[in-house]
Amino acid sequence: MSLHAMAPDGHAAHEPYAPVFTGARRAELDELLTRYPTKMAALLPALWIVQEERGWVSAEGMAEVATLLDLTPAYVKGVVTFYTMYHQHPVGRHFVQVCTTTPCNVCGAEDVVNTFLRETTCGELGVTSADGRFTVIEVECLGACGFATPVMINDALVECVSVDSVKDLLAGLD
Amino acid sequence: MVTLTIEGREVVVPPGTSVLEAAKTAGVLVPHYCYHPSLPVAGVCRMCLVEVEKFPKLAPACATSVGEGQVVHVHSEKAREARKGVLEFLLINHPLDCPICDQAGECELQDYTFAEGRKDSRYLEPKRFNPMEDFGGDVLYVPNRCILCTRCVRFMDVVAQDPVLNVSERGDRAYIGKFEGSDLTHAWASNVVDLCPVGALLSKDFLNKARAWELDRAASICPSCSQGCNVVLETRDNVVVRIRPRPNAAVNQHFACDVGRLNYRWINRRDRLEFPQVRGAQGLAVAPWSDAITAAAALIGSAARVTVLASPALSNEALFLLHRISAQTGAAQVMTIARGPEAPLPGVKDLSLRAERAPNHTGAAMLGFIEVTAPTADLTAGDVLIVADAADAVADVPAGVIVIVVGTALDGALRDAAAVALPVCTFAEEDGTFTNLRGRVQRFLQAKAPPAQVRPSYRVLGELASAVGAGAFPVLASDVFAQLAASVPALNGMTYRNLGLQGAMSAAPVEVTA
Amino acid sequence: MGYPQPSHPRETPVLSTYFGDAEARTLAGWQARGGYEVLRQVLATDPVAVQNVVKDSGLRGRGGAGFPTGVKWSFMKPDGKTHYLCINADESEPGTFKDRELMRWTPHQLVEGTAIAAHAIYAETAYIYIRGEYTEPIARVREAVREAYAAGILGANAMGSGKRVDVHVHKGAGAYICGEETALMNSLEGRRGNPRIKPPFPAVAGLFAQPTTINNVETVCAAQHVLRHGADWYKSLSSPSNPRSTGTKLFSVCGNVARPGNYEVGMGFPMKDFLWDLCGGPPAGREFKAIIPGGSSVPILTPEECAAAVMDYEGIQAAGSLLGSGGVICFDDTQDMVRQIARLARFYAHESCAQCTQCREGTAWTVKILERIRDGEGTMKDLDTLLEIADNMTGKTICVLSDSCATPVVSGLKKFRHEFEAKIPKNRSMAMIPGLSPAAA
Repeated sequence: MSLHAMAPDGHAAHEPYAPVFTGARRAELDELLTRYPTKMAALLPALWIVQEERGWVSAEGMAEVATLLDLTPAYVKGVVTFYTMYHQHPVGRHFVQVCTTTPCNVCGAEDVVNTFLRETTCGELGVTSADGRFTVIEVECLGACGFATPVMINDALVECVSVDSVKDLLAGLD
Repeated sequence: MVTLTIEGREVVVPPGTSVLEAAKTAGVLVPHYCYHPSLPVAGVCRMCLVEVEKFPKLAPACATSVGEGQVVHVHSEKAREARKGVLEFLLINHPLDCPICDQAGECELQDYTFAEGRKDSRYLEPKRFNPMEDFGGDVLYVPNRCILCTRCVRFMDVVAQDPVLNVSERGDRAYIGKFEGSDLTHAWASNVVDLCPVGALLSKDFLNKARAWELDRAASICPSCSQGCNVVLETRDNVVVRIRPRPNAAVNQHFACDVGRLNYRWINRRDRLEFPQVRGAQGLAVAPWSDAITAAAALIGSAARVTVLASPALSNEALFLLHRISAQTGAAQVMTIARGPEAPLPGVKDLSLRAERAPNHTGAAMLGFIEVTAPTADLTAGDVLIVADAADAVADVPAGVIVIVVGTALDGALRDAAAVALPVCTFAEEDGTFTNLRGRVQRFLQAKAPPAQVRPSYRVLGELASAVGAGAFPVLASDVFAQLAASVPALNGMTYRNLGLQGAMSAAPVEVTA
Repeated sequence: MGYPQPSHPRETPVLSTYFGDAEARTLAGWQARGGYEVLRQVLATDPVAVQNVVKDSGLRGRGGAGFPTGVKWSFMKPDGKTHYLCINADESEPGTFKDRELMRWTPHQLVEGTAIAAHAIYAETAYIYIRGEYTEPIARVREAVREAYAAGILGANAMGSGKRVDVHVHKGAGAYICGEETALMNSLEGRRGNPRIKPPFPAVAGLFAQPTTINNVETVCAAQHVLRHGADWYKSLSSPSNPRSTGTKLFSVCGNVARPGNYEVGMGFPMKDFLWDLCGGPPAGREFKAIIPGGSSVPILTPEECAAAVMDYEGIQAAGSLLGSGGVICFDDTQDMVRQIARLARFYAHESCAQCTQCREGTAWTVKILERIRDGEGTMKDLDTLLEIADNMTGKTICVLSDSCATPVVSGLKKFRHEFEAKIPKNRSMAMIPGLSPAAA
């Protein structure tokens, strides 16, 4: 994986960028700004809004947030790349994060990951399936260690996923 | 005041001083990378860990304030082992490409490794690789050599106040990043190259030009504007190859702007005025120095009216002697000042690339030179015009005006108009002083030898002043300056010795006494 | 009640009383269970008196460091400055999932505790920083905050006290290190989650450079029970033999164990009973090989060491480890310790913020060596190198992430060295490592 790869491969460069922060989203940001004494403090929430709207945080999205919060795009990019939950590339419709940190690892989490990779046809970690439905990654500790193996599919956490339950789990997704 | 002991030496420093700065006063260098006196403390390289008695752990000297009675060990075994550990970590992914690295010879990673690092590497794994990146401006980023000290990021953020650099990613994947499309275009961006303690940020201009140990260095003053940034002129084989800032807390801290750094090629030009020349029937012809001076003095002596057009880039010493010629001959004293956009460095008080792109217009004004826009407009046939290093100011010469050129080159209209041409040194080839826009008088030292028969401006003008009957003048710049300081009340008491290499403020600019 | 296991008779449920009780999630349900009564009383009490009760109770921070909570609160003086409270709900220490259940089942318990702590430190604004992966807890706490505002419990005139208490939920975005209190403040301010150099300490210049207190979720939840029932009652919940560790503690148990889950016991509970009785011991037919008792950052213990320990700050320290965050990770006899320690090191390498040299480079190097040993390509010299790297990574950085990576390596090599050695081919030297020597290719 190239360290400097930022190419918005899912976003056609010739299409004009439609701002995220209009209407209700703009109002949401304005409300957020009242909670903090600095504009910068609204950066993480603002980036969440971008990701909720667009599914990922593009360079244009970073630039839009930067302008709204009186920051530079470079600053915003430094922050975005620090936090693993912001997608710097488009991902599949169902973003599957399987916890493989030690407590889950000892319970067989790596087998669960492999099952996901096989069943979703993604094959490799971080690769989006050809039909655009899935991207599977390993994630570090989801904080649900007593429910090995926890799997996050988009915003939903599924507890106690086993090799045997992966197929049924995927069958319920569009 | 706080008294503490560092490496067995007692020092007394103001409260709030860092242990690292306190150690400097004791003559002890605490090795460090991320710390820089002109930047906010980051405390991340962990190179400056020192042992402070009664502290449970090693303390970062940059981020630890002095305490009364503290006993600090910089070179104890514990501290040295810690530094050795840091050096090993910094080198595991480093390409060890010193033979092809511009920084070699002035690299703090190289220096400290040589002094205290391991002899061998224990790292058996593949090294991290990231491609080189053009950061824009004059800056090239070589991430494989980067130690992530973040000096560059902090400079752009806090000092330039144009945060176009960031730390991207985290852990060992981290690198110095920027946003696609926004380059290091800030007028002061190249300072990141100097601030970089290793070979990760390089000057494209200096790339592959010289090894650090081949350079000769001379303290100088940047001639590109009236700020008077203290700089070092670096030459290789008598050719200026780099200009870098020289610290002066009162003027430029540790910084210099990109315009100043890159404005040196003119110093190296080969088509200089190299011999005194006097115009005869066959046009300009090379003449002995004495003949040329005599010819110039004769022309001045017989003129109805004399005008001295001086460059505000001349030294105070040269301007003083021109002033003496004017006083003797009743000449008008004029100058033109080139201007460009002002470009401040926001994080440092009163530091800017000044609009006046001349290093000594304050000195010139102090000596009675008046700024004009069309210096030759009022001249009529029979007038003598002395053009002192001010070729750029002369677009054309009215017919019949007798021109005496004192300069480094014969350019433009002067090539045809000069009756006498007297070659003088550039500022890089002689000693002298400039007075910056705030009235600070600062010395510059000779950095390279002049070509052929070129002589220092203060000598040529001293001889010319003598020849027109203005008195006798010394042959050393320091002695000329002593005369100048004695005759200008604002400079009374100043000598080269007491100016040192940091300069001194003059009293308010006033007229020259007779 | 318990979750997911039913409450064990030997537990002492205080914080976890309503785990599994969906009705307790709502404001009405919480109030029906006595909720917000103690907040009303606290808001009418001088903050110093509140601090003193908590001081007397002996309650210590439940995030891992174990600093006395009342003392921490007492650093905050009425100095006219804006004070902030940060609730650390960035629970990311592998093996720990207690705050998750506190927030999922009893979000109002957290909101009430937060409001109490805010009052105790003269703060009008509190931020609850919840890790981004905790989508359900975030939703629950946000809803509880919304309900509390609507009911006038929070806001400009909290419960009619005339005092302002604002509580905002702030969602993290995936960074373990934001659980470190100064990194959390940076993250909240919209920066990279880099830990800050101390001093200045948060109580002097913390969030937005103002005096700030950072408390763990469990800590402020416990504080409200202290204030409701008194310091003596709280102290009576724990073993009288150790007055330095008081009250109850939630332990998260995971890994190779018969009944994983959260258990609340009085401080000083015998670890042997805890592991083999409450948690049911190892999975059927297996034996415990190793236990990490306080989240992944603390030294690994053997089952024998655990069996002799009591579960409080001092007891686990005496056994050679730390209570930490109370995350108990169990490894059974089928586990390959080299593989698991390498995986743990990879976690820290992934989460290193990149600031300090030792951490940025040392964590990644440690992983590379461990994975090489795991894959049968190690040398005996690698073991010494690992220990020396670990030493260079310990006690030398801004925060303790670097130390945390070194800890399982050092304790693992000490206690399971034979497993490392077994993976190293006999008579193997550096020259035989593929790629390092042309002769070996």
